[in-house]
Amino acid sequence: MGRIEIRFAGFGGQGIGLLGRLLGEAVSLYEEGKNSVMTQSYGPESRGGASSTDVVIDTIEIDYPKATELDYFVVLSEEAYQKYIPKLKKGGILFVEEDLVTLDDQANKAKKIFKIPATKIAETLGSRLFANIAMLGFVCANTEGIVSEEALTQVMKEKIKAKYVEKNLIAFQKGKEYKQE
Amino acid sequence: MMSDGNLDLPEILTGEHFTTGNHATAEGALAVGCKFFGGYPITPSSEIAEHMALRLPRVNGHFVQFEDELASIIGILGARWGGYKSMTATSGPGYSLMVENIGLGMMTETPCVIINVQRGGPSTGLPTLVGQQDIMQTKWGAHGDFEPIVLCPSSVQECFELAVQAFNYAEQYRLPVTVLMDEILGHMSEKLIIPDRSKIKRVNTKKPNVPPEEYLPYKPDKDLVPPMAIAGDGYNIMVTGLTHDERGYPVLNVETQEKLVRRINDKIRKNKDKIIILEEYMLDDAEIAILSFGSVARAAKGAVNRAREKGIKAGLLRLVTIWPFPDERIEALANQVKTILVPEINYGQITREVERTTHGKTNVKGLFKMGAIHNPQEILSEIEKCT
Repeated sequence: MGRIEIRFAGFGGQGIGLLGRLLGEAVSLYEEGKNSVMTQSYGPESRGGASSTDVVIDTIEIDYPKATELDYFVVLSEEAYQKYIPKLKKGGILFVEEDLVTLDDQANKAKKIFKIPATKIAETLGSRLFANIAMLGFVCANTEGIVSEEALTQVMKEKIKAKYVEKNLIAFQKGKEYKQE
Repeated sequence: MMSDGNLDLPEILTGEHFTTGNHATAEGALAVGCKFFGGYPITPSSEIAEHMALRLPRVNGHFVQFEDELASIIGILGARWGGYKSMTATSGPGYSLMVENIGLGMMTETPCVIINVQRGGPSTGLPTLVGQQDIMQTKWGAHGDFEPIVLCPSSVQECFELAVQAFNYAEQYRLPVTVLMDEILGHMSEKLIIPDRSKIKRVNTKKPNVPPEEYLPYKPDKDLVPPMAIAGDGYNIMVTGLTHDERGYPVLNVETQEKLVRRINDKIRKNKDKIIILEEYMLDDAEIAILSFGSVARAAKGAVNRAREKGIKAGLLRLVTIWPFPDERIEALANQVKTILVPEINYGQITREVERTTHGKTNVKGLFKMGAIHNPQEILSEIEKCT
């Protein structure tokens, strides 16, 4: 495995930052032999619409902490899609919240696109707040060699407030089991 | 981990964490026994103050948010004379306001730690983006002659370790010590391993070894550092920014100035080999050296690895201690390599020092950038131009 760069992006309030923290921590602390660095959009860049967080994963020491060319782009809003899609490298993999993003084939160099109605799935659990974790389950199920379900589950149990853990774990399972049409 | 709402945490969070450089710095300070934080929040350092506000009162420490940076630095000097290991955290604009009384700390030989999470300047500049523009300010900011100790981490782990080291140097040599972080390190998260308490070295100032009537508060030992009595120890102490004799009384003449100013400088100069920390990577057979520090040094190491894959003999000298400057090591390096490349997020502050220390014996090339760190490819391109 070489260096892998993943960006999660969406709008403020979707819990984008949490996704970066969960993945970064799961890899750093629970995946043997892997390192990760997590950074978040900050300052004027993070005001207004788009919010983003990058996780860089490698088996060796991570030299450059920021994302340069994304291997994976996980996006939950139209604005974030428009803003960051040029960063996805040719042959990269795209995950989209299909009800919130209109794909633009011109801009998009993805080799493979995974689509999920994460917000609708979350609403079946009583709140759209679980959409981020449904998306995380979907990403976990459709990527190889990045992070295990066990590591993510462990970190979710530690990081998420006790009273919300159970529903988030269900959201994760629903995302993981979702089969794209 | 650390600020997830669980407030009943021990002083030292032994274990593995995934956290930011700012939180790691705060935890390093707590682990080495910091009991007083005085500060004024400023981007991109505010999370240090926030974290200390949360943690300190629960481990028998004190947190004060002062009205400004002038009060903050004075507050931590006073706290140390009251017996608390103390610190503040700021960024370039705040450090500018503190320099006058960092000078007071140098003159009164007060141990304390100042964290400067660098952003772009001059002035209020670029609050949310990275800089390495305060290198010279930490050396020459305050008036008068003094030899500062300044440390510069490159990873979240090192933010913790150098916070510990900064307090230990401050206590050992009795002076304010600065840690120059930067916005990227302050805000990025990676793995941090906090060792067991028994593995964390805690240095404390020497205490007087004479009865109160014989004690001279500024009479040094052989290492040029005087033992320190604090308020309440039962010794007479005088603390003044004026030139003073061994009793601490202002004595405004040439002889006293000669003795005092030489000593507060020489206590660092004569111990610099013990203070200077360097990381050397693939330098043994190097023909091109990159001299780097802070978050940029990560990219520099990446560039060295890429250059080596291409068969180019490149190596890295990383400054962990910025001041005192490692003149002798760099001079020796100048005799070995054809070029020293210096990538830095400023317009040539360390490059100028490297030119000074190499005496024209090698080609010194600065690689300057503003507001962002270099990526390994950019540095590699420069290496390739030098071959």
